[in-house]
Amino acid sequence: MNKTVIKSDVTHHYLRPKKKFPNVWCAGCGNGIVMGALIRAIDSLGYDKDEVAVVSGIGCSSRMPVYLDFATLHTTHGRALAFATGVKIAKPHMKVIVITGDGDALAIGGNHFIHACRRNIDITTILIDNKIYGMTGGQFAPTTPGGAIATTAPHGNYEKQFDVVKLAIGAGASYVARGTVYHVDQLEKLIVGGLKKKGFAVIDTFSNCHTYFGRFNREGDAVEMIRWFKKNALPVEAVEKIPPEKRVGKFVTGLIYESDATEFCDEYQMLVDRLAGKGNAQ
Amino acid sequence: MLEYGKTKLLQGNEACVYGALYAGVQFFAGYPITPSTEIAEGMARILPHIGGKFIQMEDEIGSIAAIIGASNAGCKSMTATSGPGYSLMQENIGYAYMTETPCVIIDVQRGGPSTGLPTKIAQADMMQARWGTHGDYNAIALAPSSAKECFTETVRAFNLSERFRTPVTVLTDEVLGHMREIMTIPEEGELKVHKRQKPDVPPDWYRHFEITPSLVSPMAAFGEGYRYNISGLTHDPDGFPTAVPSEIKAKLEKLHHKIDNYLDEITSFRTEMMDDAHVAVFSYGTVARASYQAVKMAREKRIKVGAIQPFTIWPIDEARIKSMLDGVKKVIVAELNMGQLFYEIQRVAPKSTEVFHLGRYDGEVMTPLQILQKIREVL
Ligand SMILES: Cc1ncc(C[n+]2csc(CCOP(=O)(O)OP(=O)(O)O)c2C)c(N)n1
Ligand code: SF4
Repeated sequence: MNKTVIKSDVTHHYLRPKKKFPNVWCAGCGNGIVMGALIRAIDSLGYDKDEVAVVSGIGCSSRMPVYLDFATLHTTHGRALAFATGVKIAKPHMKVIVITGDGDALAIGGNHFIHACRRNIDITTILIDNKIYGMTGGQFAPTTPGGAIATTAPHGNYEKQFDVVKLAIGAGASYVARGTVYHVDQLEKLIVGGLKKKGFAVIDTFSNCHTYFGRFNREGDAVEMIRWFKKNALPVEAVEKIPPEKRVGKFVTGLIYESDATEFCDEYQMLVDRLAGKGNAQ
Repeated sequence: MLEYGKTKLLQGNEACVYGALYAGVQFFAGYPITPSTEIAEGMARILPHIGGKFIQMEDEIGSIAAIIGASNAGCKSMTATSGPGYSLMQENIGYAYMTETPCVIIDVQRGGPSTGLPTKIAQADMMQARWGTHGDYNAIALAPSSAKECFTETVRAFNLSERFRTPVTVLTDEVLGHMREIMTIPEEGELKVHKRQKPDVPPDWYRHFEITPSLVSPMAAFGEGYRYNISGLTHDPDGFPTAVPSEIKAKLEKLHHKIDNYLDEITSFRTEMMDDAHVAVFSYGTVARASYQAVKMAREKRIKVGAIQPFTIWPIDEARIKSMLDGVKKVIVAELNMGQLFYEIQRVAPKSTEVFHLGRYDGEVMTPLQILQKIREVL
């Protein structure tokens, strides 16, 4: 019998193969695409595995760290950024990455999210934005579009949505980007940019939950949903060239905002240095 | 700064700060709340001078999360709060139990429920310190009764927490936190300071939650050459989520027995005049001070009464309490609540010992006269 030998690619080098595969995700879920992009981004930067900590909350998306061969901390629902803040301050030289869902980051974890932005602490946050609560079976999230169906919005969602990009900019994040699981090369570049940025980076990543959002809203299977991202993404560089009426129903992708605000751990170190210069005054 | 051997006039809250510094605290995260705020303030003032880290978080949920994160990155970590904040922390305290993360939580108790009495005393968080978060676990909680003990019990809290890889709560109270007393900071080396046990195996062999014969697993830190997973999901010894019944059972038993098997090391009591006592007053924290006074007054009237003060509120050392109460006909459990420690003592006291409750829950301290009156009542 012929054995098919699959050549190990860069991804395999960063997974925990013996431990926890197959993963918990539905076939076709965008989470896996994001994981691949994250791995390639880390690899391209040449980080030592021991220098990377990946922290997550609770949700389908938050299961990602378990599969990754780094220091991984799978925490409580909504709190990943607060745990990650402790890790980062304790070990400022580590690259701290947070994987979070739109419910995790913006509903239960909304307070930690805006304050992590405000502090501009050097954490790269990949917010997997699938417009629904996947893990608990399809309830609406703070990102679920008006009118969309969810198990707790069976007659259509009548709530307003957060605009993640505006929220992050308004709260003080110094790198705010949006990507999708269709535009994987761009996503990888945006993650690289976020990792290189000394400050709080948010990559709002549109992803498909075909199992719930797609099914409830007749948006089709994984492929069809991903095609929708392709069709409706407006690269930030091109937005101005497109007449406003043609922007309706579309969303902007790319690096949307960047600032050079000082970072939290740097500020703390400056305080430490200032005090040391002044001597040991009480 | 911490000045070894110096005699100082300190609030209980300040003594907690100095105790933490003595124990080697490296990271503090907190959120202001009366009557605990002086602890955060002291940490904010001192930590940046000594290479430590301080952060005021956006709430208590974030505070406990941050100290757990920092502890897993290798820092001795602590937070301080009072009732409402302690309630908010509970989910993540459970995470610390589950992930066997050392950390110290100081709860300067005030009256409750809810916002209750921000500036008044109570001892009503005792059961919360044991059962505050959901699920099955074992807990350690300590209770000082003076500024000096705020210092020593905070040191002990760090030691036990690092030794057993578990969160430890120090239950003080509003009066203790704010009262000023003279105390001498112990010399360096005078009190034991426990260092976290690091793995002595190569990374490939390391299992973050290994079920060792002692049940306490050595603990690596993030960023030091060991890579592993930590999860609040019930996990196997490698930290990966499990649904295997035998692994689930083994994990929960580890959490219980790594504490129950070491009661001698964890529990600590002070007794006064118990040798010939027919009646005992059982109390902790601020109330214990009144109890000693009441016992002295009663002894002057030739009443054979003694006092027992546990410094370890949890776990309850059944065997030791039983033997201390052996021959005691009546025990009065005096506490600033409507009955918490009382039920524990009722549960563990010898059959021949009658258990009485003396509670106060009007925001005021228990007085020696109140206790003396109760002693007379039960005689
Ligand atoms: C305190 C708490 N409340 C509720 C839950 C239940 N819960 C688990 S995941 C989740 C929502 C997940 O949605 P999202 O963050 O968008 O992630 P996704 O599953 O879509 O990736 C909820 C409500 C929980 N685990 N903890
Ligand atoms: S439920 Fe949705 S988010 Fe969760 S794994 Fe399935 S497709 Fe992905």
